[in-house]
Amino acid sequence: MNIPADLLYTKDHEWIRVEGDQCHIGISDFAQSHLGDIVFVELPELDIEVGAGQAIGVIESVKAVATLFCPVGGTIVEINEELESSPELLNEDCYANWIAVVELNDKSELETLMEASAYSEFCRQAETGV
Amino acid sequence: MSLKQTPLYPLHLKYNGKLIDFSGWELPVQYEGMGIIKEHHMVRESAGLFDVSHMGEIFIEGDNAEAVVQNLVCNDVKAMHDGQVLYSPMCYPDGGTVDDLLIYRCHPGKYLLVVNAANLDQDFEWITQHLAKDVTAVNVSDQYAQLALQGPKAQEILQPLCDISLDELRFFWFQPSAKVAGVECIISRTGYTGEDGFELYIKSTDAGLVWEKILKTGGDRVAPVGLGARDSLRFEAKLPLYGQEIDKDISPLEAGLGFFVKLNGDDFIGKAALVKQKQAGLPRKLVEFSMVGKGIPRSHYEVHKDGKTIGHVASGMHSPTFRRPLGLALVKTEYSSPGTQFDIIIRDKAVRAQVEAGVFYRKKTKSK
Repeated sequence: MNIPADLLYTKDHEWIRVEGDQCHIGISDFAQSHLGDIVFVELPELDIEVGAGQAIGVIESVKAVATLFCPVGGTIVEINEELESSPELLNEDCYANWIAVVELNDKSELETLMEASAYSEFCRQAETGV
Repeated sequence: MSLKQTPLYPLHLKYNGKLIDFSGWELPVQYEGMGIIKEHHMVRESAGLFDVSHMGEIFIEGDNAEAVVQNLVCNDVKAMHDGQVLYSPMCYPDGGTVDDLLIYRCHPGKYLLVVNAANLDQDFEWITQHLAKDVTAVNVSDQYAQLALQGPKAQEILQPLCDISLDELRFFWFQPSAKVAGVECIISRTGYTGEDGFELYIKSTDAGLVWEKILKTGGDRVAPVGLGARDSLRFEAKLPLYGQEIDKDISPLEAGLGFFVKLNGDDFIGKAALVKQKQAGLPRKLVEFSMVGKGIPRSHYEVHKDGKTIGHVASGMHSPTFRRPLGLALVKTEYSSPGTQFDIIIRDKAVRAQVEAGVFYRKKTKSK
């Protein structure tokens, strides 16, 4: 399982890369490998205000439908439209292929997210149940 | 409740199958390093090996076995020859579907019925309620493992392991006692993928050996394939799945299986209702559709026309072969002609779709 050390993570298996007031968000290796072949991405709407934990998009694999939750509150300022025509990019490299950029409302919300080490342990527990 | 495991379970672990609960069975949905789409293409282009041991096997034996089986199913059992396989729906008196099954005629006093895993218990109960004097039904599901080797290269892989000539085994025929890798099996030229291929019924204890031999002989021409691709392959070939295209509330005529329902032949359970349904005109039809708008149709999504419900999606998914979403929907007959547009309700949003004809996979089975 690839879990880059410089990112933050959620319990819903999203990753967040913070750059100033903006965050790139995407789905983790755990998420893409559990979903399997991703065939459809419904991207968030541009320029909307979202709260942390709000459903902003959908990712569908051959077998499964998964909701994308916004890890932090803010405004969606950019979306990766390439994923609409090539959703399989999320399987190929889920960290290079971000889904959206969120402009943060409240930086303190980042404190609720997991660092790589904690997330790694969280995934281990999710896999093994112990 | 703990999940049941097939005799191949240790091999699913060995080949890193991603195990899921499939109607009470712990079976691989896909294998690591492959995934549903790659496994799907492998079967279309070369060959795939499936563990379908969860399927139910029931022997019907006795002098009146033929009459018993004929009474239970919609297709023409009396026209069968020894060594032949017949696909048929099995109906309730109201024309709803109990299950669909394969019927193997060993001889007129002995048939093997192969039924869906999820329906095995209710099928067996239904069958035993409709036996005649001196006819027995025996559920041998636990004694048999079933492997399916499917794909254009299935024959060339299986032949060297086999003591019969597969060239002489025609589509929907079987050999009741052949040897594969030295192991006694029933082999039929049947499958659930739309490709040429074989299904092997093997004593549970010997199944692992046959599985390994096929993979070894096939080398890179074959790979283990999970239930995910089994579903996408059968879907593209428009082969029905119980609970989706057919169900207790869906008649085989509505599901487009009229070819397998012989209303001019012998009597069978449900015949009167089906005759009546046909005469009155089918209220619903199963149609092929493609998406005009963006989205993936899924089983049981509602179908709307001008805001009103006109049916539901039976099966839908992203088709790996055609690389786009396709669906089968059961809709009111008036909305079933090609070109008709309707909406699929995907997460509360109406997404436009259009009825098509002939956009699904053309089966490559060998009907010679």
